[in-house]
Amino acid sequence: MKRKNVYLIPLLAALALALPACDRSSPSSDTPAADASQDRIVGSRKGDFGPPQGEPVNAILTSPPMVPPATGRTAPAKVIVELDVIEKVMPISEGVDYTFWTFGGTVPGSFIRVRQGDTVEFHLRNMPDSKMPHNIDLHGVTGPGGGAASSFTAPGHRTQFTFKALNAGLFVYHCATAPVGMHIANGMYGMILVEPPEGLPEVDREYYVMQGDFYTTGKYREKGLQPFDMEKAIDENPTYVLFNGSEGSTTGDNSLTAKVGETVRMYVGNGGPNLVSSFHVIGEIFDKVWYEGGTNYQENVQTTLIPAGGAAMMEFHLEVPGSYVLVDHSIFRAFNKGALAILKADGPENKAIYSGLEVDEMYLGDRAGDSLGAVAVAAKAQASGELTVEEQMAAGKELFMGTCSTCHQGNGEGMAGVFPPIAASDYIKADPKSLPRVILHGLQGKVTVNGEDYDSIMPPMNQLTDDEVANISTYVLNSWNNPGGKISKEEVAEIRTQKPANASAGH
Amino acid sequence: MIRVIAAAVLVASPFVGVLAAEGDYLPIPAGRFASALNYEDAPGKQPVAAYSMMRTPVTNADFLAFVKANPKWRRDRVPTVIAEKRYLSHWAGPLELGDTAKPDQPVVQVSWFAADAYCAAEGARLPTWTEWEYAAAADETRRDARSDRIWRERILRWYSRPSNTALPRAGLQPANVYGVQDLHGLVWEWTEDFSSMLMDADNRNQGDPDNARFCGAGALSMNDRDNYAVLMRVAMLSSLSAEATTANLGFRCVKDTP
Repeated sequence: MKRKNVYLIPLLAALALALPACDRSSPSSDTPAADASQDRIVGSRKGDFGPPQGEPVNAILTSPPMVPPATGRTAPAKVIVELDVIEKVMPISEGVDYTFWTFGGTVPGSFIRVRQGDTVEFHLRNMPDSKMPHNIDLHGVTGPGGGAASSFTAPGHRTQFTFKALNAGLFVYHCATAPVGMHIANGMYGMILVEPPEGLPEVDREYYVMQGDFYTTGKYREKGLQPFDMEKAIDENPTYVLFNGSEGSTTGDNSLTAKVGETVRMYVGNGGPNLVSSFHVIGEIFDKVWYEGGTNYQENVQTTLIPAGGAAMMEFHLEVPGSYVLVDHSIFRAFNKGALAILKADGPENKAIYSGLEVDEMYLGDRAGDSLGAVAVAAKAQASGELTVEEQMAAGKELFMGTCSTCHQGNGEGMAGVFPPIAASDYIKADPKSLPRVILHGLQGKVTVNGEDYDSIMPPMNQLTDDEVANISTYVLNSWNNPGGKISKEEVAEIRTQKPANASAGH
Repeated sequence: MIRVIAAAVLVASPFVGVLAAEGDYLPIPAGRFASALNYEDAPGKQPVAAYSMMRTPVTNADFLAFVKANPKWRRDRVPTVIAEKRYLSHWAGPLELGDTAKPDQPVVQVSWFAADAYCAAEGARLPTWTEWEYAAAADETRRDARSDRIWRERILRWYSRPSNTALPRAGLQPANVYGVQDLHGLVWEWTEDFSSMLMDADNRNQGDPDNARFCGAGALSMNDRDNYAVLMRVAMLSSLSAEATTANLGFRCVKDTP
C-alpha cells in the first residue's frame, strides 16, 4: 500500500535536485518539517527520525548475487541483524581451493538492507570451529571503528552492538581484526544498503556484485589448495581479481539474468583490499550511476571508478538480448586474473538498435560456457577413482596435511631450492621406498630431484607410528603424478630398524 | 593402540597424568630475547630466566586425571563465572572422554582459570607470554627462526586452516631445538598474562591508541609488523576473557628452574 509512494517520491526528489532553489515539501511523513532553515540540512543531521516504532524486524539477508527486497517501511524500525562468521574452504577457480573467511558463508558476505533512521541491533556470531577472532566495521555506522571495537569476537562467541543508520547510501562492511589486510584478502567483506526514507525507484531486477583481489602462493589457476601469500598482498600483486569470490561465480549457468525491456539495478562494491576497480559493462551504458554509493546520480556513464572499500549503484535499461560482460576495465585483470561476470538478457532482437552480431563469446573463449565444468568433473573423477589403497590414502592425506605440507606444500611441490618436490618426483619414482626411509630417518646432504639440487636437512619423523608412515607414503606415492604403489606397515617396521648412512640427526 | 594404552594406565593410577607430565618438562636455558611485542618500559632485548616447559600441551587424559582428583573442576560443578558453559563440553560426560575427545588429543574448551588451576596442582604455572614466545621462536635447528620467511609461512598455514576437523594427537610434530613439540600447528595456548595483551580490537587505531587501556607496566605494542604470525596469536589471545573456552585453545605449564 505504501509502495506506491516509493515510486512517486523519488521523482519529486529528482526534481528538487534539478531545481535546488524551488520550494519542496517533506518527502515522507517522518522527516522533520521542511522550512527554509532546514532546507540545507543533509546526511546524518536529518537521518535521525526518532526512536524505533513497532515490533522489531528481523533483517532478511541474502547471498550474492541476490538482494533483499525493499524494506517498504515509512517509519524507523528496530532491525535485528544476525551475521555468522564462517571460515571455510571453497573453490576460487576450477580445481583451485582457498580457505576463505566469510560473513555468512559467502564471499562477498550477506547483503543487508535497512532504511535510513532505522536502529540496527547487530549480532556477530563467530562459529566454534573458527581458528581466528573476527570483528566487523560497517561503513554505514556512525561511531568510532564502525562497530569494530564493539564486535571483537573469539571463536565460538557472540557479540552485539546497536547503531542508528543516519546516512542513506550503499556501504561496504569488512573485518578489521589484525592483520586487517589479511582478513579482507580472505574475503571478509560485504555490503549494507541504507535506503533513503522514500525508498529507491522501483526496478525490475536488482543484483549484488562485489569485486575483490586475492593473493595465493601458487600461480593463477595452479591447482590444489592455495595458501594466502602476504608478500604478494603487500606488493599489491594479486593472483586473482574476482567478482563474487570465485572465478566463474557469475558466468555460464551462474550468469545474472534479465529480459529485454527490463531495468536492472546493480549494487556493486569493491572489497579490495588493494585494487580500485574500473567497473564497466561491455555493451551497455549506465543510464544512472549513484557514484560512490551516495545520494546523487550521474547519467550516461560508460565506466565508473569504485575505490577499495567503496561502492556504486547503477541502473540500465536493456534494449537488445545477449550476454553483457561485467569487467574491471583495468583489463588484464578481466582476462588474466578472472574479473569477469555475465548478465544474460533474453528477448526479441531489435535490429533497428543493434544488428544482432554478438561479440562476447569471442572475447571469452573457454571462460563463457560449460567448458568450465569439464575441468571440475575430471578433477573429481580422479580424486574418487578406483584406487585400491584409498583408505590408506585418506588417512595418509590427513597426516600429510598436518605434518608434511608445512614444508613440502599441500600440493607436494615443495619450495624451489629449499624443500624438494615430492610431486612427480623422479627421486621417488626411482626408489619408492625412499619415502618411508626418509620419513623415519631423515635425510641430509645433497640430493637431486627433477634436475634441481637440494642441500637441506629433513629431520627424522620417527615419532610417527608404522601405520602413519605407511599411510603417508602410500598417499604420496599415489598423488601428484607419482608412480603409485603401496607401502605396508610391515615394510615400515623393517625400514625403521635400518638406519642409512645419510640419515639426519635433525638438529 | 595408543588409546588402549592410555586408558589402561589411567585405570592403574589416578595420578598418572601428573606423573607423566612431571617427567615431561624440558629445560629451556636462560637467554636474551627480542619479543615481537614492544615493551615500552623495557625496550630492546629482554632477559629470560631459565625455566622448564612441558614437552607437549596437556592432553584430555591428563586433564581427566586432574578433574578426577579435583572434582570442583568437573564441568557439572564449576561455576560459569570461571568456566563458561562450553567448558569441556566435547567430553562425553563430566568424567568420561568419549569419541570426540581422545586421551592423547590436547585438551581444549578449557578456561584460563581451569588451566591455571591445573598447573598449580602440578606445582607449576602457566607460561608468561614472553616465555611462551621465547620457546616458540625456535624451530628444529635454531633457537630463533623468526626471521626465516619459510618458518613463518609454515606457522601461518596452520592459522589459515579452520578447526573443523579432528585435532591430531599431541606429540606428532617434530620437536624444536629444546625438544618441545606442538608450540605451533596444533592448538592455541593460554598464557599466564594473556589479559595484559591490550591490543586494540580495531587494528587500524595505531596512531591513536586508547591510552586509558595502557596504564600498567605491561603496556605493549607490536614491534615487528612483518611478523604477523605472532600478531595473529596476540589477536587471538586478546579476544578472550578468562572464563572463555574455544574448540582450539589448550595450554601447557612451565616451572621455574630452582
